[in-house]
Amino acid sequence: MGAAVRMAKPIEDLVEASRLEELLGSVRQYPKEVEIRGRIERSLVEEISRMKKEPEWMRRLRLRALELFEKMPMPRWLYGVEEIDLEEIAYYVKPRAELVDKWEELPDWIREAYQRLGLPEAEAKFLSGFTAVYDSEAVLAKAKEDLKRRGVVLLPMEEAVRRYPDLVKQYFGRVFSMADHKFAALHYALWSGGAFLYVPPGVKILQPIEAFFFIGSELEGQFEHTLVVTGENSYVHFIEGCAAPVMRSYSFHDGMVELYAHRGSRLHFSTIQNWSRNIVNFNNKRAIAEEGAHVEWLEGSIGSRLTFTYPATILRGRGASTRNISVTLANGPVVKDVGGKAIHAAPETRSIIVSKSISAGGGLATYRGLVRVQRGARGSVSHVQCDSLVLDEKSRAYTYPRNEVEEPESEVGHEASVGRLSEDQLFYLASRGLREGEAKALIVLGFIQEVLRDLPLEVASVLAKVVELEFSELGGVG
Amino acid sequence: MALQVENLHARIGDTEILHGVTLRAGKGEVVAVMGPNGSGKSTLLYTIMGRPGYTPTKGRISLDGEDLTALPPEERSLKGVMLAFQDPVPVPGVKLSMLLTAAWNKRRGAKELTRPDPRLLAAVRRNARDLGLREELLHRDVNVGFSGGEKKRSEMLQLLTLRPRYALLDEPDSGLDVDGVKTIAAAAARLAEEGAGIVIVTHYARILRFLEPSRVYVLVDGRVVDEGGPSLAHRIDREGYSRYLSSPAS
Repeated sequence: MGAAVRMAKPIEDLVEASRLEELLGSVRQYPKEVEIRGRIERSLVEEISRMKKEPEWMRRLRLRALELFEKMPMPRWLYGVEEIDLEEIAYYVKPRAELVDKWEELPDWIREAYQRLGLPEAEAKFLSGFTAVYDSEAVLAKAKEDLKRRGVVLLPMEEAVRRYPDLVKQYFGRVFSMADHKFAALHYALWSGGAFLYVPPGVKILQPIEAFFFIGSELEGQFEHTLVVTGENSYVHFIEGCAAPVMRSYSFHDGMVELYAHRGSRLHFSTIQNWSRNIVNFNNKRAIAEEGAHVEWLEGSIGSRLTFTYPATILRGRGASTRNISVTLANGPVVKDVGGKAIHAAPETRSIIVSKSISAGGGLATYRGLVRVQRGARGSVSHVQCDSLVLDEKSRAYTYPRNEVEEPESEVGHEASVGRLSEDQLFYLASRGLREGEAKALIVLGFIQEVLRDLPLEVASVLAKVVELEFSELGGVG
Repeated sequence: MALQVENLHARIGDTEILHGVTLRAGKGEVVAVMGPNGSGKSTLLYTIMGRPGYTPTKGRISLDGEDLTALPPEERSLKGVMLAFQDPVPVPGVKLSMLLTAAWNKRRGAKELTRPDPRLLAAVRRNARDLGLREELLHRDVNVGFSGGEKKRSEMLQLLTLRPRYALLDEPDSGLDVDGVKTIAAAAARLAEEGAGIVIVTHYARILRFLEPSRVYVLVDGRVVDEGGPSLAHRIDREGYSRYLSSPAS
């Protein structure tokens, strides 16, 4: 059996191609067309829907998406991938355990995996609720009494579709359109797993809510769909951390997050992504912020072989705001193509995008962001800060920020910096007793300090720990 | 117990700079290495510290009997030799306090290098005060935007805090006024009193008025051309290096 996703030949080829781009001064993508092998049968999608006991509208949504997937062209921004073999992607894998409510009831092998990730501690101390997905199925759903009492709905996505169909239907697929690109359509046809979180108006949840996702078997495509809706003047911070064990063949992840922040609400969404080194990761993230609402994205991208993620916020209501922070590590022969997007579609809206990227060991980090200020979005202010740190000669960082400003009464600012690590700096730290990995970890932690400072302790400490591990082990986790 | 350099030959790239240097600094001893510019004084210290690109081709460097020659710089540091740079490089992102914390924790075998140690920080603040280094600099990225005097003081602060067994000082007085020189000299003297061997490289004898060496080596063109007691330093102070040079003095 081959691989679900066949990568472009040595990543050096890729880096060469990107450098050529830079020389030519164009944004022309890697020239080779990605091939798709096999088909996804309509009957398979119908079966998925049936097994999940979905309402009719969801079944039709999947089928519409499948049609779109087949019609749509390969996205031109996709590179580094030669072939995607649909037949090899397992669409629906059910783990042996059934839905359980307590840690103790989980089978040993699952609990062990979670223990290695330090989950029981995290769960005990900081979190209000917890949903874990294992192999595309929600195995563990645990919401504390307090949340239930306050009318908060926190469920695995499939269960939410079954139990609160009308509520879900109002938002599902409305924030991120399936027609946006080919893999969004594929996602909607095959989605499985993910979390649904609804916070009623006025409810403020002070402790962060966390969810973990696991790819448990080879060749599984993860298509989890998470939807968070905050009612007027409510507040929640949702933390998503992805981890996967080391695998032998390539794996493909095409997840999606939709956020809807009603008037005056605050919605914080954090992701620490630490996929193992053979995963191709598409992450489709979009938010809509209504009047006076605030959406915050934090993306900590540590692992994976190839990542494409561009969290976007549409500032639809007057005075809406967004902050979009990414810390991206391209450590080793990996490619991270990331960027924040902010669409100012109303007056007095504000956006801040901060991107910190670190390239090492032959890694390539590319920032590809967008700020669009539509006509009529008077008094809008946007600021983008892109800082890159390149730790050695082999590694690269590129920045392609785009501004589309149609409203003259607005302010759009941008700063960029590239730092390089020198031999002299390494020697200086070595003369104090620090070996190369430790020196790099210190420098990287310092580089992202301003971002860490603003995060809740649990997120900052996990991110810092993961970064430190990446460098001290000379090549990273997994 | 000594830092011993025996017949050291070293090159930078293809160029031989040191042609058989021998020197010795015992515990608690202050040893001065003087010489005209370009004589290889800094090269000597870099080679002892293990800077990449500075390759010993012959001879030995040993610390208390242990051969350092094959070890990378971080290992040499942990074994007890540390260099105070003449013009230390700025390291954006690493605060001076964090550098000290990490180096300190490393020496204690602590697993979390970045965990702050309150006892350490108290000692650092005291040492900073003694050196006339503003506390504010502890929270700044090391050497970034530091004045010349601040850099020198920061280097000494690191040595006083991390207490190497042998301290290599590369022109620690250059660019300082008299008070600065006295402060640095006092710090080095304190290190020596506490048992550290000091190798101080200096072009001028000025600092040696406040930090008396027990032995002075004169380095010219990568060779030790003279060796003596403190009076040698006084003589160079008066006469310069002309007697050692075949061409006009620098």
